[in-house]
Amino acid sequence: MIHMRTKEKAIEILMMACSFLTVLTTLGIILVLLIDSIKFFSEVSIVDFFTDTQWTPLFSEKHFGILPLLTGTLLTTFIAVLVAVPLGLTIAIYLNEYASPKFTNIVKPILEVLAAVPTVVYGFFALQFVTPLLQQFIPDLRGFNALSPGLVMGVMIIPYITSLSEDALRAVPSSLREASYGMGATKFQTAFKVLVPAASSGIMVSIILAISRALGETMIVAIAAGQEPRLTFNPKESVETITTYIVQVSMGDVPQDSLEYRTIFAAGLTLFLFTFILNNISFWIRKKFQNKYE
Amino acid sequence: MSKSNQRKSRIVDKTFKYIGLAFTVFALLVLAVLITDILIKGLTRINWSFFTNLPSRHAANSGILTALAGMLSLLFFTILIAIPIGILAGVYLQEYGTNNKFAKFIEINIANLAGVPSVIYGILGLTIFVRLFGLGNSLLAGAFTLALLILPIIIVATREAIRAVPGTLREASYGMGATKWQTTRRVVIPSALGGILTGIILSISRAVGETAPLLVIGALVYVPFIPEGPNDQFTTLPIQIFNWVSRPQAAFITNAAAGIIILLLITFILNGIAIYIRSKWYKNIKY
Repeated sequence: MIHMRTKEKAIEILMMACSFLTVLTTLGIILVLLIDSIKFFSEVSIVDFFTDTQWTPLFSEKHFGILPLLTGTLLTTFIAVLVAVPLGLTIAIYLNEYASPKFTNIVKPILEVLAAVPTVVYGFFALQFVTPLLQQFIPDLRGFNALSPGLVMGVMIIPYITSLSEDALRAVPSSLREASYGMGATKFQTAFKVLVPAASSGIMVSIILAISRALGETMIVAIAAGQEPRLTFNPKESVETITTYIVQVSMGDVPQDSLEYRTIFAAGLTLFLFTFILNNISFWIRKKFQNKYE
Repeated sequence: MSKSNQRKSRIVDKTFKYIGLAFTVFALLVLAVLITDILIKGLTRINWSFFTNLPSRHAANSGILTALAGMLSLLFFTILIAIPIGILAGVYLQEYGTNNKFAKFIEINIANLAGVPSVIYGILGLTIFVRLFGLGNSLLAGAFTLALLILPIIIVATREAIRAVPGTLREASYGMGATKWQTTRRVVIPSALGGILTGIILSISRAVGETAPLLVIGALVYVPFIPEGPNDQFTTLPIQIFNWVSRPQAAFITNAAAGIIILLLITFILNGIAIYIRSKWYKNIKY
């Protein structure tokens, strides 16, 4: 009996340790990023980091301004969100309110495939198909540009927005829907005046998570957006994102423990902070509005 | 409401319906165009030697043998590490710690981890596994990094599958005098196996396509040998594809497209299996 109780306890502790590993992972990420970032900022002023308009750590004349990488990241993310939010939301409303259940059941799993395609494949598609296609209409579009990977990334994150928004729309009690129809409202009026406001927290969460996903996307932009850090909001230009820079340095032969090496930690920390804040906002919204209709 | 207003709102309603249909078709069309484009560019390049050749400076002689072998070995170790830990953690959070503060804290933490960009996991792996543990840019370092990356997926899937197991099953087991662990191991986990398995397969599919974290930990782009042990250097199919895409010569672009066909095939098969298990499991088991 005692033996059994010890075994039970031992297993429980083992399981606790496994769960705790996820906490260690988070701590590990924060510590790893912080330690080398602190070393980095002992050599580079944090004011320069956020105000210098050039990022040239790998050149002989070094500048450490994160702004060009940040604008590159924000520009591609902005384009992606511009595609994904209207499309994703409209598709969610269409599938939930207009389409027949049969159509929805067939289309939804196929849409999910968009999120399952490896990102290196999207990178290839952006560089080898979308960019040449766009160049037919925009002659001065560069071979590497922000537009094409931004658009492709937008299509990739459509399922994130559609599936989470759909869940939120479905959670709206049918009494609200019926009340609206009873007043003589059309499906469109019901969707935008009743359902979308009622499901707004879930829709917000889906948009925030999609933004966070786009900010951290690496391979699409690494392949199709280029590797030139440039402070611009012109989508026709080639840009470099934070993620691309991290990969670029990792693949090069920068000596370990050098200032150049530490730039990836400072850049990584900047990216991590953005996504961390967004994820926490979405988690907070979800918790706060979770039981709205229960 | 006036007649003309009613007509106007009916027109708006109709218009939106068609826009919704058009957007849905557009999204599906992009997927279709992507697949067609890649098939056109790469299908003719696929032959037996493409699978058996080592990478080469000459596009026509290049193959994906080392990339496939590296990917399989990497997945093997990743799964070996991630599955037991992920299932045990998921079981703990759902069965043991449902209401304590520790479990709540971990829940927030996992939601956060799931949103961390994969390239950041690469930086973590580079610092901890490659350098601190001294594993170098080996298979094992890659496997540990990927395991941490897919852990949240397995944990969340395990929790959801276990949540669906009705309490009556547990009570019946307790009533027979079984302990908590006996109940968990012999009743709860087997009943939730379908959901857990689905999560595991989806996590493998995610690991198959990962490129960025492996590039950061220093996986090589040119590996002319098959890894023989966990300490060997490696490359994977997505990395090989990335390497080919970055070259200017058209022949390498063809190679990349051919590699993508194989990668997509693996991804789709895995996702298909996951969907199949999920539907079969839910059809067979009705509580």
